[in-house]
Amino acid sequence: MFYIHCPYCGETREEEEFHPKGQAHIARPEDPDACSDEEWGDYLFFRDNPRGIHHELWVHAVGCRKFFNVTRHTVTYEILETYKMGEQPTFTADGGEGHPEGRPSSDAADQAPLREGVRA
Amino acid sequence: MSQPRTQENRLAQGGRIDRSRKLSFTFNGKTYQGHAGDTLASALLANGVDIVNRSFKYSRPRGIFAAGAEEPNAVVQLGKAEAAQVPNVRATQQALYDGLEARSTNGWPNVQRDLMGLVGKLGGQFMPPGFYYKTFMAPASMWMTYEKVIRKGAGLGRSPMENDPDIYDHLHQHCDVLVIGAGPAGLAAALAAANSGARVILADEQEEMGGSLLDARELLDDKPAEQWVAETLAALSGMDNVTLLPRTTANGYHDHNFVTLHERRTEHLADTAPLKDGRRQVRSRLHRVRAGRVVLATGAHERPLVYGNNDVPGNLLAGAVSTYIRRYGVVPGQKLVLSTSNDHAYRAALDWVEAGREVVAIADARANPDGELVEQARAKGIRIIAGSAVVEAKGDSRVNGARVAKIDAEGFRVVGSAESLACDTIASSGGYSPVIHLASHTGSRPTWRDDLLCFVPNTVKGVAAAGGAQAVYATAEVLADGIKAGARAAEESGFAAGEVRLPSVAERRDGAPCALYQVPHEKPTLRAPKQFVDLQNDVTAAGIELATREGFESIEHVKRYTAMGFGTDQGKLGNINGMAIAARCLGRSIPEVGTTVFRPNYTPVTFGAIVGRHCRELFDAERYTAMHQWHVEQGAEFEDVGQWKRPWYFPRKVNGKTETMHEAVARECLAVREAVGILDASTLGKIDIQGPDAREFLGRVYTNKWAKLVPGRVRYGLMCKDDGMVFDDGTTSCLGENHFLMTTTSGGAATVLEWLEIWHQTEWPELEVYFNSVTDHWATMTVTGPEARKLMAEVTDIDLDKDAFKFMDWKAGNVAGVPARVFRISFTGELAYEINVQANYALHVWETLFAHGDKYGLTPYGTETMHVLRAEKGFIIAGQDTDGSVTPEDLGMQWAIGYDKPFPWIGKRALSRPDTARTDRKQLVGLKPKDTKVVLEEGAQIVLDPNHAIPMPMVGHVTSSYYSPTLDSGFALAVVKGGQHKMGETVYLPMADGQVHEAEIVSTIFLDPKGERQNV
Amino acid sequence: MSNVATFDTRTEAKIPVESPLAYSYRRSGAPAPTAKSRVVLRERPFLGHLVLRGGAIVLDEAVREVLGVSLPGEPQGLVHDAEGQRSVQWISPDEWLVIVPGGEEFELENRLRAALGDAHFAISNVGGGQTLVELEGEAARELLMKSVIYDVHPSHFPVGKGVTTVFAKATVILRRPSEARWELVVRRSFADYTYRWLLDAGEEYAIGVER
Repeated sequence: MFYIHCPYCGETREEEEFHPKGQAHIARPEDPDACSDEEWGDYLFFRDNPRGIHHELWVHAVGCRKFFNVTRHTVTYEILETYKMGEQPTFTADGGEGHPEGRPSSDAADQAPLREGVRA
Repeated sequence: MSQPRTQENRLAQGGRIDRSRKLSFTFNGKTYQGHAGDTLASALLANGVDIVNRSFKYSRPRGIFAAGAEEPNAVVQLGKAEAAQVPNVRATQQALYDGLEARSTNGWPNVQRDLMGLVGKLGGQFMPPGFYYKTFMAPASMWMTYEKVIRKGAGLGRSPMENDPDIYDHLHQHCDVLVIGAGPAGLAAALAAANSGARVILADEQEEMGGSLLDARELLDDKPAEQWVAETLAALSGMDNVTLLPRTTANGYHDHNFVTLHERRTEHLADTAPLKDGRRQVRSRLHRVRAGRVVLATGAHERPLVYGNNDVPGNLLAGAVSTYIRRYGVVPGQKLVLSTSNDHAYRAALDWVEAGREVVAIADARANPDGELVEQARAKGIRIIAGSAVVEAKGDSRVNGARVAKIDAEGFRVVGSAESLACDTIASSGGYSPVIHLASHTGSRPTWRDDLLCFVPNTVKGVAAAGGAQAVYATAEVLADGIKAGARAAEESGFAAGEVRLPSVAERRDGAPCALYQVPHEKPTLRAPKQFVDLQNDVTAAGIELATREGFESIEHVKRYTAMGFGTDQGKLGNINGMAIAARCLGRSIPEVGTTVFRPNYTPVTFGAIVGRHCRELFDAERYTAMHQWHVEQGAEFEDVGQWKRPWYFPRKVNGKTETMHEAVARECLAVREAVGILDASTLGKIDIQGPDAREFLGRVYTNKWAKLVPGRVRYGLMCKDDGMVFDDGTTSCLGENHFLMTTTSGGAATVLEWLEIWHQTEWPELEVYFNSVTDHWATMTVTGPEARKLMAEVTDIDLDKDAFKFMDWKAGNVAGVPARVFRISFTGELAYEINVQANYALHVWETLFAHGDKYGLTPYGTETMHVLRAEKGFIIAGQDTDGSVTPEDLGMQWAIGYDKPFPWIGKRALSRPDTARTDRKQLVGLKPKDTKVVLEEGAQIVLDPNHAIPMPMVGHVTSSYYSPTLDSGFALAVVKGGQHKMGETVYLPMADGQVHEAEIVSTIFLDPKGERQNV
Repeated sequence: MSNVATFDTRTEAKIPVESPLAYSYRRSGAPAPTAKSRVVLRERPFLGHLVLRGGAIVLDEAVREVLGVSLPGEPQGLVHDAEGQRSVQWISPDEWLVIVPGGEEFELENRLRAALGDAHFAISNVGGGQTLVELEGEAARELLMKSVIYDVHPSHFPVGKGVTTVFAKATVILRRPSEARWELVVRRSFADYTYRWLLDAGEEYAIGVER
């Protein structure tokens, strides 16, 4: 049973109030008609399944009904951070030193080479 | 009833029992007496009961072995009445109460004379590990038969055959610091944390808090340790930031410091909860605790030594001997031999002697034992045989001797000849294993410490071990460790820890322990007398050796092959010894072999506590509409739609006989087609949509067009996911230029609202629109049928003229004097008015309609009739005729697809994917059975050639199927590969009973294809 | 705003009304409070409930002008007017629940709409869809601990706080308007389940129902 900090309510709340909604930062292509079948299929069906850092979309369903992002370690289940829609994660999988499972990438330069899958 | 036996092993004084309160109880049908403060185990030992059970696999006689949760043998069936039966109760954890009844769970016909015992006697040759797998493998079909016989022989306790009369509940707890275990470490930790002002919960599984201090020899502040316990508990219970939970086991440690505590509130009083102030009490309570920090003060379990026949009654853990003597005033025998690898276990011999009984000898595996306790034993004239161990116990139903032999320094070989000592009790100690179960529930693997000869818990975020749980054993150090852990936990939770005074404890010099797990025997392990590792699961050292020889190298595989650490035991006593033996056989070190994973629950939890209050009529939330009472009074049968209770049909009494569902539905259908019916449609999801971009948003989430829907008009809409598959449908009305009311399916309301929000919040936050659920605000009643207009005219001021109030219009006005919105939409194909009023008025409006409706034949109908009527018209039910693999095109609903809408609406792109564009996709069609009396089975598979060899190629299945009283025929909706181009063709539906139904593919619209009836 | 269809769902006419708990009283009864009752349940039916959507800054001005209280801008905030009859509760960063005496809501909605003019906002009347249930008494907090997953300890749930959370197998809005009183805003369709749960869980506190 996770204990999840809702960035909109400003409180950590029980998992029962939330629904997971899959991998975060999957942006819908701007012009779907311009996508090849493969690109569209990739958007629809393909998701990462990492061992380690994972960015997830959750909704505070029994609460403020807002969607937000969670950076979670899929082995320890530790939640490293939660952040609002439109914001970028501080902990990423390709982080080296610092945090044992990933490092905070504070400056903007670190944001650019976010691994495949962190798109939006 | 026979006379109660005397308590032959009870001391005249000492212990924490109340000798003035006698309690009588029965065990296996015999009556005994004990005292208040006894456990069932201490009372049985007081009465000299040696055999309490038969072992699981070999059916060997077993006695009480331990004094706490780690007890492997004395697992009993508790309860007098059938309804109060409780299986798998450890006698060591069950408080004695007057009238308690318990039985052994194993043993047939009884524990003293057990037929299965013969198997055990004849030895392991016949039941090696993997015996069941190997013997009963074939034929597979016989396993069910084998299993019954094996289970009767094995016995695992039984569940009651009657309903539990007791009540249970859950309590949601939140605290800054949860301290698990109220021994010296836990009490000190709780005190330190509580002094900081943090919210503290202290939970302990025993009848009394205090843990090892309740039988400690040490003085705290020059007073008996139990006095410090009493003072500390008094201080803690006086603080309102502290919750003390005795008789409460922390059974599971879950993610992010979520811990489940099982509190046994009345199990120590009677077998069903007694009334309190005339009210029912909760028997057992599950505390669902979210803790900021957790202090694991769970202590350590003593490891028994593994020697020949170490399971014969009279073999006990050394620490258990001390506990029984000091805490319960019970000496479980006359003549003791102690076999130990450490100083601490000498307490057993000292306590034994002080109780006035004889200690025959102490076999100490170490060459030069020299600690303070050793000196005390020497001073009392106890014989100490250094460098030796008990290699074998003698006796059948009770120990009558011990063979003691010198062993080599590694503990691998017997050196020299064995000496036979007459005794009736053998206590053993191979050291201590920290109770790391809870820390392991997280998946964190413990670390082996060669210096401490045990596993200690690894770091888990928010959790700290204290005292014995991390192999700190000396009382003074344990107390200091507890205070440190409690203070740190409070500080990490944001509280400043205050000073806590440590009681003074005299230092004691202990000699170093030595490593000893399996004691060698003169014979090789496989031929030596059985050396038990896991007493509960009958796993022997030979079994583990055999498993490694057969190629099981991973400790997890050894565990599964031998059953070591299985079930309710979870490896409390045996795991470390088992791993050490496996490591030796494999020529590896213990850390290389590693541990198995301990899983919740630590000890068994009664189902009642898990279920709590969520049972019977509170099993799930039931949602009712505002007209629910009326439906109940009319005798409606109800159908579950999500959590809603919807009227399914309204059976009438005709000539004293209640209609069948078929009769009621036929009557209801005809009433709607020929007169007028009414449906409670309040459960439909309703979403109020406001904002300048509301219309644009609708255009993006619906497949069809919304640009030109004007206020006052209503439109049907279809929703897809971006994979092009239909997931919900409903009508949406334009209330104002920037204002819409969307309806969803009853079951889909919450999903659709979340769907709208996810697109708005994650993809199109720039669109100015808000969505609010108004499902419960409005009650909805559908008045439908040819007479609907006449009935409505009597109760409303709305102009119902067919040109003024057209099909797919909505109007505001009054119905039965109540402000209402009325929508001319139809799910039946008949003239229909959907009335929406504020729910508080709904019953009045509903009843007024009936007051006027009699002369028109107004008939209430339920969901079944609704289904028949809509299916006759070919209207789909999302989730019944669709299943997440059906596109709007598959449904033949191209008319509801806005191919040329400017924005790439959700689902559009997917329709041109090669897979969705296939012409042989399963498409929705109508099916007319050749035999009109046949109602096809929903879900039945469709084939084109019934004579094809099995497996037949299946081309589709039936999604909806009913009898139509209007058509006087069965009819169905189905999905069939390429079905839209197979009109008029015959398909076949082979059934499980061998029948093959024949049906013709027809249009999905069975009635009024031009829609003239609804448009009048 | 002419682009939104406002609608007064109430009538002044003498029409029988039924609160969401009307059926429950008939079905499960309503044990009268006694001297032994450590918790008392009371429904406050037929109040006006409005959902307010929009930006905090925009709404705050209008709410202060019309209701005379400031919009609680902080999460979980709950404010009352001077008489304690009207409340505004933070539900989400762009959502507030306004509860006023029954019959005031339509006029209030119109006045708010007038004050808000062309701003982007929404107001939905949900008064028929939910009811207010009050709990009072020394055992009220423990009764809530049996029922909701949210931490109701006074250090975590002071007066002036309100949250949406899980109640048994349903959801409620839980509020603490005063030291002694808790309020549950319950959806109509879940009201009977919630009521039966509270009676069952409250039995050990001799729960009484004031009507």
